[in-house]
Amino acid sequence: MHAESAADIKEATRKYVYVFVALLLGTLITVLASYIPWGNREINIAVALAIATVKAALVAGFFMHLISERKMIYGILGATAFFFAGLMGLIIYSNADELSTLFK
Amino acid sequence: MEIPYTVEARPDTGLFNAKVGIWLFLASEVMLFGALFSSYVLLRVGALEWPHGLLNVPIGTLNTLVLITSSITVVMAWASLKLGDFAKFKLFQGCTVLLALTFVTIKSYEYHDKFTHYYVRLADGKELTGHIAGSPMNWTLATLTDPHHPIKEIVFHPEEAKEAGAGAAGPMTIATAQIKKLESFGPWHSTYLAIYFTLTALHALHVIGGAVVIGYLWGPGSKLWKTDPERLTNRVEVAGLFWHFVDLVWIFLFPVLYLL
Repeated sequence: MHAESAADIKEATRKYVYVFVALLLGTLITVLASYIPWGNREINIAVALAIATVKAALVAGFFMHLISERKMIYGILGATAFFFAGLMGLIIYSNADELSTLFK
Repeated sequence: MEIPYTVEARPDTGLFNAKVGIWLFLASEVMLFGALFSSYVLLRVGALEWPHGLLNVPIGTLNTLVLITSSITVVMAWASLKLGDFAKFKLFQGCTVLLALTFVTIKSYEYHDKFTHYYVRLADGKELTGHIAGSPMNWTLATLTDPHHPIKEIVFHPEEAKEAGAGAAGPMTIATAQIKKLESFGPWHSTYLAIYFTLTALHALHVIGGAVVIGYLWGPGSKLWKTDPERLTNRVEVAGLFWHFVDLVWIFLFPVLYLL
């Protein structure tokens, strides 16, 4: 974050409180949504992970100041996201592979 | 020799060095937890059955709220330094350490609960889960048959009988000779508990490590405020970034392990 003036910091602290409240609400919604019988467990998983992703974005964006960072940090995170997606993608691909069904 | 770029930004990156360093470290942490999360996915999709309701959701929710609260206190500590308010920094930073200790204490209670929760298989094939009177930790059949301190029988409080028709029962005395298998709900008990303990123990180590650094900056490390306030502010920011990452990991761990 490079907003350095006192007014900017005070404005930022107000946003931190809003984000904090949103995170508390997000946690409660996650718990309540997990008890809703959607009819398919995969929907429960998708809903919980979607809420978790929004909460993670709030933490990263505001608490970790990623909404106003230098290009260098975005570069590091872009490379991380690429390899993380590759890691998860290969796992999903390997599970979809017909060979994996031979052992089930 | 003075370490360069601890306060002023490097011309090429536009950042002080520690900030680039912590982000590179966090990138490696993403891959570390990513490897474990992908292991979780593989284990779960490959499992014939996946247990639900083994963990205490209200306690897990409470711990999530504790960690989220610590995330705002750590960023408020940094903002206080930016505003030149050292007293508020001490307050918020101190709260963060206390919240971190609260998180670890609650986690320890949850672990203790698992190590005093037992699975028993009897000679007649009946399977029981519950607690042994006195709540001993992590007993096995070898504990009961120890030649130096043999235990002839245990008083067991079953929560349910897995065998159909057995029903819930009150305390029952079981002779050691009748027991074929006895184990606590530790990581050895099931695939689910193995990945649960692996993920949460690694996360707890991060919480403890972060609390040590934040505690140092709250205590002896805060003396830097008198001689180099900007450098202390940068240190608090870097420690805070690590702490937010720890919070971020828990945001995913909580639903994945407790709710789904």
